[in-house]
Amino acid sequence: MNSITLTIDGKLISAPGDQTILEAARENDIHIPTLCNLEGISAVGACRVCLVEVSGSNRLAPSCLTKVAEGMQVQTATDRLREYRKMIVELLFAERNHICSVCVANGNCELQDLAVTVGMDHVRYEYQYPSCSVDVTHKEFGVDHNRCILCTRCVRVCDEVEGAHTWDVSGRGMQSRVITDLNQPWGTATSCTSCGKCVQACPTGALFRQGSTVAEMKKDRELLDFLMTAREKKQWIG
Amino acid sequence: MTDAHPSGDKRFKLLDASMKRYQFQPDALIEVLHKAQDLFGHLDHDLLLYIARNLKLPPSRVYGVATFYHLFSFTPKGEHTCLLCLGTACYVKGAAKLQATLEKQWDLKLGDTRSDGKMSLLGARCVGACGLAPVAVLDGKVSGNLNPEALLQLVKGWDGDGTR
Amino acid sequence: MELAELKELADKEKAEQKPIRIRCCTAAGCLSSNSQAVQQALTDAVTTAGLADRVEVLPVGCMRLCCEGPLVQVDPDGAMYGKVDPGQAASIVGTLQGGQTEARVIDTNMPFFRDQVSIVLENSGRINPERIEDYLSVGGYQALLHVLREMTPNQVVETMTRSGLRGRGGAGYPTGVKWGLIAKQPATQKFVICNADEGDPGAFMDRSVLESDPHRVLEGMAIAAYAIGASQGFVYVRGEYPLAIHRLEIALRQARKMGVLGTQIFESPFNFRIDIRIGAGAFVCGEETALIGSIEGKRGTPRPRPPYPTESGLWQAPTLINNVETLANVAPIITRGAEWYASIGTAKSKGTKVFALAGKVRNTGLVEVPMGITLRKIVEEMGGGSPGGSIKAVQTGGPSGGCIPASALDTPVDYESLTALGSIMGSGGMIVMDDATKMVDVAKFFMEFCMDESCGKCVPCRAGTVQMYRLLARIVEGEATAADVAQLEALCDLVRNTSLCGLGQSAPNPVLSTLRYFREEYNALLQPAPPAPPPSNQRIPLPVARG
Repeated sequence: MNSITLTIDGKLISAPGDQTILEAARENDIHIPTLCNLEGISAVGACRVCLVEVSGSNRLAPSCLTKVAEGMQVQTATDRLREYRKMIVELLFAERNHICSVCVANGNCELQDLAVTVGMDHVRYEYQYPSCSVDVTHKEFGVDHNRCILCTRCVRVCDEVEGAHTWDVSGRGMQSRVITDLNQPWGTATSCTSCGKCVQACPTGALFRQGSTVAEMKKDRELLDFLMTAREKKQWIG
Repeated sequence: MTDAHPSGDKRFKLLDASMKRYQFQPDALIEVLHKAQDLFGHLDHDLLLYIARNLKLPPSRVYGVATFYHLFSFTPKGEHTCLLCLGTACYVKGAAKLQATLEKQWDLKLGDTRSDGKMSLLGARCVGACGLAPVAVLDGKVSGNLNPEALLQLVKGWDGDGTR
Repeated sequence: MELAELKELADKEKAEQKPIRIRCCTAAGCLSSNSQAVQQALTDAVTTAGLADRVEVLPVGCMRLCCEGPLVQVDPDGAMYGKVDPGQAASIVGTLQGGQTEARVIDTNMPFFRDQVSIVLENSGRINPERIEDYLSVGGYQALLHVLREMTPNQVVETMTRSGLRGRGGAGYPTGVKWGLIAKQPATQKFVICNADEGDPGAFMDRSVLESDPHRVLEGMAIAAYAIGASQGFVYVRGEYPLAIHRLEIALRQARKMGVLGTQIFESPFNFRIDIRIGAGAFVCGEETALIGSIEGKRGTPRPRPPYPTESGLWQAPTLINNVETLANVAPIITRGAEWYASIGTAKSKGTKVFALAGKVRNTGLVEVPMGITLRKIVEEMGGGSPGGSIKAVQTGGPSGGCIPASALDTPVDYESLTALGSIMGSGGMIVMDDATKMVDVAKFFMEFCMDESCGKCVPCRAGTVQMYRLLARIVEGEATAADVAQLEALCDLVRNTSLCGLGQSAPNPVLSTLRYFREEYNALLQPAPPAPPPSNQRIPLPVARG
């Protein structure tokens, strides 16, 4: 693939023509926040946190899906983008019951990190307080829907890497929930191979290893490598 | 080949024929769900699992698709159904009053079936009969230009003597 | 079959028609008012009167003035009757022998009928939609035959481009340009999809076209398929429209049997097959990438574009998606020429548009009008104004559109003018609101709709519509302050600019347009300043520094 040149935040960059804006930015140490994106699985452009401004277009572009182009001028952190990101994070906090102080992922949570990055110090929106369940029927793992942000990383990693497709999303809109098999307790989902990739892929404390208490659920940060090789190395066990 | 359903229920034969017509293609999932609901009235877990096995789809995918679309129902409907149109024209012409009237009369919330199984009160986004707003579909038959009194008259007898 | 034979068939069909024809509307609206019984009573009355040799009663599609249904019209003199009761059948037939009828006579010279220009609806209410022979008798499938015999695919694309036809589904993308993009794709497998997922509440044009003249849509699809090089098509139709589905199925069977669809159509090398896919109750499936997902048997969640379906659509093949009304315009453009079509309408919006007129207006039903006509003419003259009082606003474009105030009624109806007013052309729902309609309630109504219909994939639409709905509910309940309105406007900006698909991006429109024209109604509901603190001002614990 031919190399092309573009500018990101005023910095002249050369990148392979098949890269996304996000990939090109990362290789050049320009940080664009993400949530639903995870290296090694398909991009869906759902969280809208990685939106950037591209000169000449009046639409914001998801950097995880938009390919670089010759002469492209990208802005990743304008005031407007910063405000939108902050609002999106606040909307997520208001949507479910994200109480960090009692969360297994406290201190190891991408949503929490993002809240810090975007400078969120309080939530301007009405909390929805949905009634969400916690399912600990699986012998090793648990799912706490209170912490789920519907990024669908678990769905994609289970389908695309493990090939089990235990996870999917049921319902729609605010009623959406991640489910295992026929929306049955995880422990009874026969398609689950207990590989644990979903737990590692989850950005928050929604999926966790049982026995973790507050702030103990550290996620593996070498995710791509982990996801691709974990099976042979049996890394997910124990 | 179909894995025949162990119950021997004849409706599964009809469902099998329908799946066969689509050559058990996973793409036909929504068509098959329509057929299954036509045959069985609603989609229960056993039925969804049967469809998943035959179309070679993950159960979670079948469940996810079925619950995405609002025409699919997972609980049995009542003997009678009243589908209120909640579209814009009906809204402007007082559909909310019709809803309130029936909810009170039947002690039922929109979207629910009464515990005695006599009737279901459902809402539709728009049945496309806006020229006759407000509209209700009573047991499949469209009635237009309704007011609360006229609607109550039409559903008289659904719960026995027409009163609570 | 050659053109001469097709014309011969049409002539034969016409010759077999009886001199007097009593047409009875059997589209969904009139059917619900018992028009089937009316049709039966008329048939019986004709027999009883001994007129069966020269009078026939035929079921037809929509005759447009839905509020007067069931409608009956007698040819050749054109007398029309409304709210016809089966008991009046004998006296209506009696008029043919000089008798009087007590049936309600509809003035077919009133503006509602007089000011219509019929292209899309030209056969609606005139032919029996369940007989392909009736469609042939009005020149049906001659445009397809002409295209296959006399035109190259390029010429078809070029004709559509010159006609100036733009997509009638709402956004108004030039149809010929879209066809050209797909025609240029080298792929061997391409698809044509007819989007009949008419989800906007208040819109029923597409339902009427499918119920009244289904072959017209199939012919348009076949011409499109020839132009772009597709051999397979789908009609994606709402599950809420059982009669439209039934008539489409009949039409498809007949068209296959007659050889106007299928393999080697009209003995040419062109093959085209059409299948029906039935929606299952999801407004978002009107969005083209969601619609594609649904045809593939998946959840109807939109995916980001690009790639556009013109490059990578159904099963990753280049896919043409046109709406029902767009496709219904195709055959007449071929038959009568691009120049004829382009002579109707305005500089940038050509041809006619069908609107579904409903709400607080005297004459409800379908009107087909030339682009550029004013809203006032549609709602006040043709619609006959509001029965209860004065018109306050006209809503177009459904949940993606906006409320146009009475002061702007002199605006011409075209894509650009309606967008400038903060609404959109949309698919054609036009709902009249009078003084009794509260505009903040209307905004809340549409936001509830968008919240319920959000697919849930992207965060701004899934969670933002919920917050906007809550704010609107608080305003309606009189619990909100000016700060809440500011918050609402900020959310409108976020959801419009960051949502993944058109549903989310346009969800704020009803709020923005009512704020723009009816802000005083919002203000009247607000609590005085100083604003109360927001209901939840929880601080989230910041993470400890990670080692």
